[in-house]
Amino acid sequence: MVLLLRIASTHIRNRMRQTVVSTLGVALGVGFSVAMASLMEGSQRDFMATLIDAIPHVEILDEQRSPAEQPASLVYDAVAYSGLRPKEDLRGIRNPVEALASLRDWVDGNMAQRLTGQAVLRYSGQDLGMTLIGVVPRSELAVSKIGKDMRSGSFRDLDVTSNGLVLGNKAATRLGAELGDTVTLTSANGVAKRFKIVGMFHTGVTSSDEGLAYAPLKAVQILLEKPDVINTIAIKLADIGLANDVAARAERQLGYKAVSWEEANEGLMEAFFVRNIIMYTVVGAILVVAGFGIFNIVSTIVHEKARDIAILKSLGFPEHDIQQIFVLEGLVIGVLGAIAGSILGFALSSYLATIRFEFTTDVEMTQLPIHFSSLHYVIACLLALFSSGIAGFIPARKAARLNPVDIIRGAT
Amino acid sequence: MSLASIPDPNSVLLETRNLTRILPAVVPVTLVEDVSFQVGQSEFIAITGPSGSGKSSLLYLLGLLDRPTRGRIFIDGLETENLSSTDLAQLRLQKIGFVFQFHFLLPEFTALDNVMIPMQKLGKLTSGEQRDRAEGLLSDLGLEDFLHRRPAQLSGGQRQRVAVARALANAPDLILADEPTGSLDSKATEQVFESLQKIVETQKTTIVAVTHDMDLAARMERRIHLVDGRIDYDRKQ
Ligand SMILES: Nc1ncnc2c1ncn2[C@@H]1O[C@H](COP(=O)(O)OP(=O)(O)OP(=O)(O)O)[C@@H](O)[C@H]1O
Ligand SMILES: [Mg+2]
Repeated sequence: MVLLLRIASTHIRNRMRQTVVSTLGVALGVGFSVAMASLMEGSQRDFMATLIDAIPHVEILDEQRSPAEQPASLVYDAVAYSGLRPKEDLRGIRNPVEALASLRDWVDGNMAQRLTGQAVLRYSGQDLGMTLIGVVPRSELAVSKIGKDMRSGSFRDLDVTSNGLVLGNKAATRLGAELGDTVTLTSANGVAKRFKIVGMFHTGVTSSDEGLAYAPLKAVQILLEKPDVINTIAIKLADIGLANDVAARAERQLGYKAVSWEEANEGLMEAFFVRNIIMYTVVGAILVVAGFGIFNIVSTIVHEKARDIAILKSLGFPEHDIQQIFVLEGLVIGVLGAIAGSILGFALSSYLATIRFEFTTDVEMTQLPIHFSSLHYVIACLLALFSSGIAGFIPARKAARLNPVDIIRGAT
Repeated sequence: MSLASIPDPNSVLLETRNLTRILPAVVPVTLVEDVSFQVGQSEFIAITGPSGSGKSSLLYLLGLLDRPTRGRIFIDGLETENLSSTDLAQLRLQKIGFVFQFHFLLPEFTALDNVMIPMQKLGKLTSGEQRDRAEGLLSDLGLEDFLHRRPAQLSGGQRQRVAVARALANAPDLILADEPTGSLDSKATEQVFESLQKIVETQKTTIVAVTHDMDLAARMERRIHLVDGRIDYDRKQ
């Protein structure tokens, strides 16, 4: 093996320039793919971190996955009825205390109950449609990042002010309302109730900042005339990897639809998946091109070294040794290229990580999110070695099959 | 088959029976036809014949580089017909050394490396022993001052002697030489011939050498003369 490697290395040393070019080809392929992968995974992780921070990991909703069977179809199956009015079902999760208690038995994480509904906010003669969320402030702070988004006042004041209201700063600006002002909320059924502004938040998402408000759960239940009812249980898990399992079990246990963050963002996950496939296809294509370079140089060497092949065979080197020599030549270039490419990739992604951007919008991104992972290097290097191995193997097989007699006759 | 005395069967190193090699083509070319002979240990045999009579072709068959269309080759009593190409390569490595008309050294390696490569492949000696043996072989051939030269830095006669040293590397039983002196002047021819002769005497190695040089052929113990791929005569002299 050492001997074969020595022979192989003399061959490629004789073609220094071509070797350097092929090595560079592999290095560029590996380097760019590493940099691209670290940028892609970095941005994906950055996005996910923001997302996971902002949304509950599991959300239990007051819906069933399939609509409830109607009494008529339970009695007469296989008969179609038209004009039947579905049985009215008062929506909402009944007995929230019991449901929460049963979840707390086995779920490792924080939970918050919510009642969400629509209401119109009125202040100094102006109206604004609002999504109103009734919360238990302490639990809400444990499952959402609203605490971090507070700009003035305090979310905790909802605890002590039974008619307290926390709303987005844009809504407040539009109405001209300020901290401490009293506003009126009116439900769709016409129930009106006065609330006192105890806090304002700014999330950076305009629809929330303009149209979202939080109030104590009890107050919202009264306003919406749904005493003792909630319509969402939000869960923040200690381990987000369990989200799907927890959602499935909660759904079985409670009978309500439970959605994990992965399911809720299925489209997004698919988009990431497709993005990664595209990325690795491009990486693969680059390395196939690099493979052509290697194929070219090894084929040239086989052609040039036909005489040496005949000598080695006449000395008693078996065919598989000859084949190995030329596969090794491809691999040596692949290994050199992979090493150089890894260094290049590291340098490139380190550089990208230092670039800073100035954004004026609310969603701040001051620097490219780069994620360094040894997996990127391993994948790129393995692909490079695979492609250089194949690129060496094809001419190597031809070399092994050369007939020494033909070569010796041709040369003498 | 002819008048040559058959060697003692116990010491038969190489035997061919009705060896025939036909190149398949639209008009098949017969390179070697019905060649049968036996060669004992430490014989020095000349193969002669007009150009195109099949001498080289016969040598490639004997060296297991080419395979016969018909007939058999035994090496040390071992039938080679059904051996795999890997087995044949191993047999070449251990028992056969080649010397071709042109030097056929590996151009990137020094004289010493060229001689050591078959030993490294066989792997029976430690690297120190390999080096000592290679230096010894080259010195015996008068090349002690050229150990670290590459083939391009050697004269034709020197290269050919390096090739002889390499053929001897693994102490083969049989050396096959195809016009080893064909491209050399008379002085270099004499040097190479003498070193071959010395090998036969000192190492009990058998040498089968193709030659055009009738003077040289006359100085060998036995001569097999080919005409049109067939043995014309096979005699001790
Ligand atoms: N590949 C081939 N195709 C066709 N004919 C061939 C081929 N190889 C050899 N021959 C023919 O076979 C015959 C024997 O060739 P070989 O090389 O064995 O002769 P030789 O005795 O070594 O001749 P020389 O003394 O000139 O070296 C020659 O007539 C040659 O032309
Ligand atoms: Mg010839």
